[in-house]
Amino acid sequence: MKSAIKTVRGRSVPMLLDDIDTDIIIPAQYLTQTSKSGYGQHAFARLRQADPDFVLNQPAYQGAKVLLAGANFGCGSSREHAVWAIQEMGIEAVIAPSFADIFSNNAQKNHLPLITLSAADCQRLAQLPPAQAIEIDLLRCTIAAGDAVMSFAINPFFQHVLTAGIDELDHLLAQQAAIQRFHAQQQRRQYFVRMPRGSA
Amino acid sequence: MSHNIVEKIWQQHVVQRQAGFPDVLAIDFALLHEVTSAQAFAELDRRGLPVHDPKRFLATIDHSIPTREDRHQVHDPQALKQMTALRENCQQHGIALCDVGSQKQGIVHVIGPELGLTQPGMTLVCGDSHTATHGAFGALAFGIGTSTLAHVMATGALLMNPPRVMQVQFNGQLPQGVYAKDMIMHLIAQIGVDGGTGLVLEYTGQAVRDLSMEQRMTLCNMSIECGAVAGLVAPDQTTFEYLQGRPHAPQGAEWDAAVKHWQTLVSDPGCRYDRSVTLDIGQLAPMVSWGTNPEQAIPINQSIPHAARDQADALNYVGMTVEQAVQGVPIDWAFVGSCTNGRIEDLRVVADILRHRVIDPRVTMYVVPGSEAVRQQAIDEGLDRIFQQAGAEFRQPGCSMCLGMNDDRVPVGARCISTTNRNFIGRQGTGSITHLASPATVAHSALAGYITHPISPMAQQEAS
Repeated sequence: MKSAIKTVRGRSVPMLLDDIDTDIIIPAQYLTQTSKSGYGQHAFARLRQADPDFVLNQPAYQGAKVLLAGANFGCGSSREHAVWAIQEMGIEAVIAPSFADIFSNNAQKNHLPLITLSAADCQRLAQLPPAQAIEIDLLRCTIAAGDAVMSFAINPFFQHVLTAGIDELDHLLAQQAAIQRFHAQQQRRQYFVRMPRGSA
Repeated sequence: MSHNIVEKIWQQHVVQRQAGFPDVLAIDFALLHEVTSAQAFAELDRRGLPVHDPKRFLATIDHSIPTREDRHQVHDPQALKQMTALRENCQQHGIALCDVGSQKQGIVHVIGPELGLTQPGMTLVCGDSHTATHGAFGALAFGIGTSTLAHVMATGALLMNPPRVMQVQFNGQLPQGVYAKDMIMHLIAQIGVDGGTGLVLEYTGQAVRDLSMEQRMTLCNMSIECGAVAGLVAPDQTTFEYLQGRPHAPQGAEWDAAVKHWQTLVSDPGCRYDRSVTLDIGQLAPMVSWGTNPEQAIPINQSIPHAARDQADALNYVGMTVEQAVQGVPIDWAFVGSCTNGRIEDLRVVADILRHRVIDPRVTMYVVPGSEAVRQQAIDEGLDRIFQQAGAEFRQPGCSMCLGMNDDRVPVGARCISTTNRNFIGRQGTGSITHLASPATVAHSALAGYITHPISPMAQQEAS
């Protein structure tokens, strides 16, 4: 069981660049760790190093909990380090017009809410003053920003995982007997790999 | 009722369907490498769980291993620690490891097929986004993150909604000098880096049937570059001929039973697809990327489109301008290798072009075989001597310069033409510039010292 997340409240930082890939989120040279931590300090390193005024470097946005991103966020590699890096930065939710599939799966496993919001509404949020907090309601699928309220989409299972604190591995382990039976039957019927034995 | 190939494989692997939950999908086989597996093993250890069936896993070391002769000397202590962790984890859990020094070591997506582990109709996963490579065999193969890998290791299954399916039909006959790499780059340029999101792509059409297995692997490999969940090609005689006799392929009566089953893994006439796209490749020119994602690619005989003025960040990074031709752009590095184009057929194409010639002295060229088996085959065919005589370095197998996480990196500000799959900012090393292309285009460009291919107008002008 993991802890349930029903709301995220905090300031947002606008980084509305499309197609931010996982190499940008966390460059491969930082992937040699064997732990799930130690990545936050390198998150978006290339963008931060290239431009001292880059939005993530601006003092006004330090401590933001919500990352406002562009379309197809998280495209590229399967590295879950990208999610770990973002969480380690203190980000508790990402809002974007669309997300890449593997990144989305990885975020779900780590209970990082990904909020799919229209590009127009993302633009509206990006206009907010840096000190303005927003509130994401994951049960109602709404974002409150001052007087404005916006609706967003989220995959229903992703929503359930977040708001009920579901651990997917626990869910799978509860069905392990059925899975094992299935593999045993499958192997008799139509599985033809001569298994690797011992050391390769 | 007619079904497409993805629906068939899916139906054969659904363990459980429960309202409100994704399907429980049985996974037949998983490949592991050092970069994305340590935290999955740690999760199993933390929960006191064993690996559910170690025979269904195979591990290799590919991403962080150096490719120089003395690659056993790993200078990066973190990388060494990661490799050691994989060795210990495989030992502890009884998983076969193709370690450095083994004749089976190589890039995870090169060794699976060459060992005959990748077979039609399987579900296969790896903590690596280029896992769709295995789709060339009509397997449903896709990349997963480390947490999902832990799910598969612990249970032999994962949770997933049935994907939508897009038919990608390639019509026509590939012109001389144009390859599967150009086909997939053309598709990505057409549908965009997110054109395949949520979709499994089934590659169909005569042009796909005409491809060798290695070419099909290149085609499927880059499916992720348009955001696709996976890409695959229905198995046929070409598939069966490639598989027969490989170490982990079935034999005897089992082989006959396997082929009989595999022959059913084709999309039925009149089956439904969620989307379809048709591309004619009869006039396709070699493709080259100009920008900082794989969608920003054009035929080598064209110039960067005017519409690219909206992509100022990409243009600034690569130091190019709209309406500039890609051909003729001077290069500093040329790289042949990776899970996209590091197989023996790729090396043969490069050797044929380099034979009795010498690359431009301003260019540093690496040829990195995808596996020990590819390396040995290249040596047996004398390709290594051709590379060396041409002035290229023929190195030890690994991911090498594809991703800038081992010793092989393109220096800051240097421009590389590369057979790899991603031209992201800094992908090949901080500050490096990448142009993606086929092995043939990389070889021709290395000889010239600038981006070129014999079909380009500049090259034709020079020849006349």
